[in-house]
Amino acid sequence: MTSAVSFKQVSRHFGSVRAVDAVDLDIVAGEFFAMLGPSGSGKTTCLRLIAGFEQPTAGSISIFGERAEGVPPYRRNVNTVFQDYALFPHLNVLDNVAYGLMVKGVGKAERLKAAEEALSLVRLPGYGARRPGQLSGGQRQRVALARALVNQPKVLLLDEPLGALDLKLRENMQEELKSLQKVLGITFVFVTHDQGEALSMADRVAVFNDGKIMQVGTPEDIYQRPNTRFVADFVGSSNVLPPDFVQRYAGQHRWGSLRPESIRISSAASGNGVAARLVGTNYLGATTRLALDADGLRLHAVLPAGMALPAEGEAVMLTFNRDSLHLMDEPA
Amino acid sequence: MTVAALSSNPTPAILPGSGGMRGALSDLFWRRPKLLLLLMLAPPVLWLGIVYIGSLFALLLQSFFSIDEFSGLINREFTLKTYGDLLQAANLDIILRTVTMAALVTLASAIIAFPIAYYAARYARGRWKALFYLGVMLPLWSSYLVKIYAWKLILAKEGILTWLLAKLNLLWLLDAWLALPIVGGNSLSVSFTGTFIVFVYVWLPFMILPVQAALERVPGNLVEASSDLGASPGQTFRNVLFPLALPGIVAGSIFTFSLTLGDYIIPQIIGTSRLFIGQAVYSQQGTAGNIPLAAAFTVVPIVIMGFYLWGAKRMGAFDAL
Repeated sequence: MTSAVSFKQVSRHFGSVRAVDAVDLDIVAGEFFAMLGPSGSGKTTCLRLIAGFEQPTAGSISIFGERAEGVPPYRRNVNTVFQDYALFPHLNVLDNVAYGLMVKGVGKAERLKAAEEALSLVRLPGYGARRPGQLSGGQRQRVALARALVNQPKVLLLDEPLGALDLKLRENMQEELKSLQKVLGITFVFVTHDQGEALSMADRVAVFNDGKIMQVGTPEDIYQRPNTRFVADFVGSSNVLPPDFVQRYAGQHRWGSLRPESIRISSAASGNGVAARLVGTNYLGATTRLALDADGLRLHAVLPAGMALPAEGEAVMLTFNRDSLHLMDEPA
Repeated sequence: MTVAALSSNPTPAILPGSGGMRGALSDLFWRRPKLLLLLMLAPPVLWLGIVYIGSLFALLLQSFFSIDEFSGLINREFTLKTYGDLLQAANLDIILRTVTMAALVTLASAIIAFPIAYYAARYARGRWKALFYLGVMLPLWSSYLVKIYAWKLILAKEGILTWLLAKLNLLWLLDAWLALPIVGGNSLSVSFTGTFIVFVYVWLPFMILPVQAALERVPGNLVEASSDLGASPGQTFRNVLFPLALPGIVAGSIFTFSLTLGDYIIPQIIGTSRLFIGQAVYSQQGTAGNIPLAAAFTVVPIVIMGFYLWGAKRMGAFDAL
């Protein structure tokens, strides 16, 4: 396994703000890597450190084995798809896509041909003569992608590229990006604050908080086996269970996480489990999300649509498999 | 405020008019926005149309009259004779000298203004930005004449510049420059070089401000995107920053170019005895009493600016607007 990007104890401080704080990170060549975290968690700064727009305050960064500190962005074979696309307003679409080749001195005929091919790759053939201002958000997104890919980068960086698109378009682009990455085999590093996006697209996910990486793993690892309360809560809004509660049901004094969908609900009379009261419902289409109060502890459960719902305020009994209760590493 | 106070709203759904003249007028203007627009535009359009453009055309009309050389009276018959006079070698000389000066002043202003405007647009924040505006605008608040006379003292043979160069042992450089034909002279204050320096000084704010406004509108991530795509800082300047700043540079150059074309005070106080267009107009309409020729001279900058704008538009200077 070749390492595409490697961070060793990398920090980037802005005055007293530790945007990135002693981060170790290894991105494998050819993988689709997502950096997930709330805004201000340092994920975008990490991306900018790879692109070369920021220089680390401490630590070392290497890209495909070569040291990258002090190397300006224009000498890195890494390209970025910007959050708001950053297309050049004074150039038409074809010249935008051909820009990288133009500054490298590729001849006009050759670079325009490559740009036209890149536009076909993102399914915008024949759009070359238009100005960026004449395109929709989704089309600009594709142009930005083509403009980056035409340079055949070693690593493609995507900074919340789907943030400005509406839901339907975003789902389409997610699939397209994923299949593009498979076809091209380029390492994709994808920054997002949308955990659904990270889980559905990435081979591996790094969860950021407060300038630090909380956990790195496959989407399944992150979702099923969060190592801290933060990860459990941020990735798919799990039920975080306090140590005393976990002690009662699993016999260990540790923080636990329980996914809403692994909670089963039955009427209060039947069997043993956690006694709770329904305090609210939230209709989500395919599922209904229930807010429950278990002796002061707020829990969430998810029921598939069409199931009979208890009335609000009604007492219910909650049960779950012992296996679905995950014990976290975080000290109690 | 409690929830009860927020949720029980005693006011009616439609409020009564505020009554009186003002209320009625507000309602009328809201219903007929074009009426308000008409009222707001009428005074400036009348001013611009009649007082401003109208008097300009009255002046231009004069250029098609001619002067009777014996009596000195104006012959109010349509003729192109005055334009014939304009094309005499001495007058062409004046035009060429003025246009060359205006072009050089514009070029120098653009070169000096760009880094200042770039700093102000990209890096200056808060207090530094206020300082930038103050620094650029401050010279405009003081009298133009005082500044020019101050420059005369700076550039004079016994002036501070000569003194400074002497201290730095660089006087030979000044002497070598002054020994050159055309740009040289007895001292900087009586040379075209001096005229040039003062023109650049006086018109520089008119170049800095539009260039800064244009650069301000260039999103910072375009510079990053260019660098990301492999462009060196020089390539980013040529391919992204300069084309996007060009409308600002053209706007600034319209000021510096046309102001230099028309000015008659600076070359009179600082420079040689050779005339610029503004001085020619001044002397033709004053001492010589030749209003038609003065009017014909004023047509020259207008025609030149017309061609200049047409050329700039054809070069695509306004495409990024």
